[in-house]
Amino acid sequence: MQNSEVARLLDEPACQHNTPEKVTCAKLKPGATAGGCSFDGAQITLFPISDVAHIVHGPIGCAGSSWDGRGSLSSGPELHRLGLTTDLSEQEIIMGRGEKKLLFAIKTAVERWRPAAVFVYQTCVTALIGDDLEAVCRTAQTAFGLPVILVDAAGFYGTKNLGNRIAGETLVQQVVGTREPDPVLPRPEMRIHAVNLVGEFNIAGEFWQIAPLLDELGIRVLCTLAGDARFHEVQTMHRAEVTMLVCSKALVNVARQLEEKYAIPWFEGSFYGMRDTSEALRRMAQLTGDPDLQQRTEALVAREEALLEQKLAPWRTLLQGKRALLYTGGVKSWSVVSALQDLGMTVVATGVKKSTQQDRERIVELMGEETVFIEEGNPRLMLDLFRQQRADVFIAGGRNMFTALKARLPFLDINQEREQAYAGYAGLPELARQLDITLNSPIWERVRRPVSWMTPA
Amino acid sequence: MNRVIRKRKALTVRPLKSSQTVGAVLAIQGMANAMPLLHGSQGCSAFTKVFFVRHFREPIAMQTTAMDQTSTIMGADDNLVEALATLSAKSGASLIGVIATGLAATQGCDLPRVLHRFRQEYPQWADRTIIPIMAPDFVGSQESGFALAVLAMVEHLVTPRPWTAIPTPRINVLASSALTPGDLEALQELLAAFGLQPAFLPDLSDSLDGHLAEGDYRPTTTGGTPLSFFAQVHQACATLVIGRSLFPAAEALQRRCPMPVLRFEHLMGLDATDTLVTELCRLSGVPAPAQVVRWRRQMLDAMLDTHFYLGQQRVAIAGEPDLVVGLHQLCAEMGVNTVAAVVPDCASTNHGLDLTVGDLDDLETLAVREKATLLVGNSHLAETAQRLHLPLLCAGMPIFDRLGDFRRTRIGYRGGRDTLFEMANQLLASHAHGVAPYRSRLRPVNASLESVHHEQHMAKAAHPSWPGSASHG
Ligand code: SF4
Repeated sequence: MQNSEVARLLDEPACQHNTPEKVTCAKLKPGATAGGCSFDGAQITLFPISDVAHIVHGPIGCAGSSWDGRGSLSSGPELHRLGLTTDLSEQEIIMGRGEKKLLFAIKTAVERWRPAAVFVYQTCVTALIGDDLEAVCRTAQTAFGLPVILVDAAGFYGTKNLGNRIAGETLVQQVVGTREPDPVLPRPEMRIHAVNLVGEFNIAGEFWQIAPLLDELGIRVLCTLAGDARFHEVQTMHRAEVTMLVCSKALVNVARQLEEKYAIPWFEGSFYGMRDTSEALRRMAQLTGDPDLQQRTEALVAREEALLEQKLAPWRTLLQGKRALLYTGGVKSWSVVSALQDLGMTVVATGVKKSTQQDRERIVELMGEETVFIEEGNPRLMLDLFRQQRADVFIAGGRNMFTALKARLPFLDINQEREQAYAGYAGLPELARQLDITLNSPIWERVRRPVSWMTPA
Repeated sequence: MNRVIRKRKALTVRPLKSSQTVGAVLAIQGMANAMPLLHGSQGCSAFTKVFFVRHFREPIAMQTTAMDQTSTIMGADDNLVEALATLSAKSGASLIGVIATGLAATQGCDLPRVLHRFRQEYPQWADRTIIPIMAPDFVGSQESGFALAVLAMVEHLVTPRPWTAIPTPRINVLASSALTPGDLEALQELLAAFGLQPAFLPDLSDSLDGHLAEGDYRPTTTGGTPLSFFAQVHQACATLVIGRSLFPAAEALQRRCPMPVLRFEHLMGLDATDTLVTELCRLSGVPAPAQVVRWRRQMLDAMLDTHFYLGQQRVAIAGEPDLVVGLHQLCAEMGVNTVAAVVPDCASTNHGLDLTVGDLDDLETLAVREKATLLVGNSHLAETAQRLHLPLLCAGMPIFDRLGDFRRTRIGYRGGRDTLFEMANQLLASHAHGVAPYRSRLRPVNASLESVHHEQHMAKAAHPSWPGSASHG
């Protein structure tokens, strides 16, 4: 990939990072950098398409310690959990045998699993030595008669975020629009509408908490990107009436391009918390322009909210007034805030490292002017802030878990690798339960209690 | 029975290999107040960090030189110098292991030259110890990367000096990545029982054993081998090395300081532990302490109790060579046949069994073909085990689907004892013992009583009973 193309992808018009106070997209600082590479971003975005053979082309480093990170669940095929890689050796790199090996790897995958398509992932070493993967993919596509698509997001191109975008761009340019949706049985009592959920990864099965509601409303999800998705669904995304960008600025380029190319309106929403879930359903209904759907949506929202209020009552007494420090990326900085507020909690500070100007405005709207923004994910600073703000629970991604636990602080994991599903009306009581488990655990008093015979190290 | 079998295949499926880079990082985690710095793009360090966080459930010290498009093409020396300066100033690390990834190696980076430049440009950080380690991912595997890092530390930090040879309780211990923090702890206790004071290089039992430390947050490792290890290396009665992968590091140490070296390929099973105890008696000049004798008796008893269940079983093992060879020995002593042994890579031969270089897909194929009855390997094998309806003994890395197994002890008498019990229990739990019920077609059925009888029969069949007792007949 050329430098100019990378620059173009970074310069996403629909992305609020393109304001005077650029938040991300800055140069990385050697010796003080956390976070994944572009390949990581691309695989997170695309691997959930579970009937595609995803082949990582490069030495073992890229796939060997990262494959099958789970999180994103599939209700059908699980080709995304095979950790396929060409595992290049030194000899193969020196002798330039990488391209040939890749071609054979694709052949093996096609013959063994009969995938719907093959995605080939570029990585650092193969990009540096200049393997012509484009050509290999073309050859393979002709020879094996199925789509073979290059995902050119080598790690050194940049951040995980850039990788997300490259992945999205690849789908829009090469996959979307190559097939028409299969017909579904009409329902006599309602008109069926088609939508896309971009940025829904079905973490721990969250999409399955939303899907029944959409089914009830007669909203057909043509495709999610990419939780529990299939290749043929991605091909039909151009036929949606609405795109919802679920909690993920990283794929905003997909939503924008679907609008530009196919005139599909899009909105940004979240399924975390009661208010946001209702709001998302309403926006979806509104954008379809079907008054009947809007009416039925209102009825469903009213029913679900009433039910949920009942379920939440006992949790609220346990969580009311508890103070949370939230450190999570981008959109989640506000979407989770709203869910926590639904539970009666106060969010005292939130991470905004990956948030856009718009995200920040949303946060101020939700949390008020005195909100503390955490700009940098430095563990030291976060722990100090936790104490200053008299917080009760630390909510962040898994990699921060042990920073909190080692400091003897209650913790809730909110990122990709977690095992609990928090989405929709069904997810909120689970979120409450998990918060209660850690916040009100009897261990805290015990692990903090000093004992006379132990000298502090 | 001594071959290394390499299959040529284009596509690796369900990899067993994690990279050399990962192994080198692990070795640095066992050093005190240390920081591994991956010279490459940021993704490698993020993946490695998550890999270890999931396995150890501990914060993991790690940094990257964050090579980008420009530095990948134009040269990344500046990145490395800048990263070293930043870490020296901010992290307070006294030891930085600079680990070159596949990207840096392909680019042709010359670590010593860049370190030289750093020394010249930043004389104020002269007190920081920096170890250059070339550990690209297109060669070797985790075990060899770990060994490379240990070798690099010995080569850089042990200055040649005569062996003091005065009677001393100190013993240097080089332990390969096959040993868990729990293994190291058990070894420490065994050596202490002889009055010896082991100094481990590296020491994961002090840093990643899963302990809740006092004191505040630190970006570097908490615990591990202190730098003073290297200055005092010659004041030991001997060096004990466990794992063939570390033999080169032990030789390098011996070249710098000629002292006796006790070499062990592993410490699993009765034979190896007996040999070690014999050596320790000789070294310390004391007979085996009562405690050790007791541990041995317990292991013997465990061998007796479990041999009914383990004998003739067919095990398929996947892991790094040092681990596989040890587990194989433990099994062999019990009459368990190793029917498949898959390793991610293997430089040497003559391991006492056939090793297949491959992935978990190969292991599954072999396990099916050879009718394995038990699997041994990391968490990625859980699915295979489920598919084949076989019990899985967790060993190696990563283990992320059960808690505490990252520190399970499998070496020595006690580790052997507990592992045999664990294996036998897993076999018991997974097999319905006894003969499947058979109902003659010529036998009249009393329908009303049938269901009751049937349930009783099933309950009996599922219940493991005394070996040789009536229900087997
Ligand atoms: S940074 Fe490059 S080499 Fe490292 S994991 Fe990412 S793509 Fe692979």
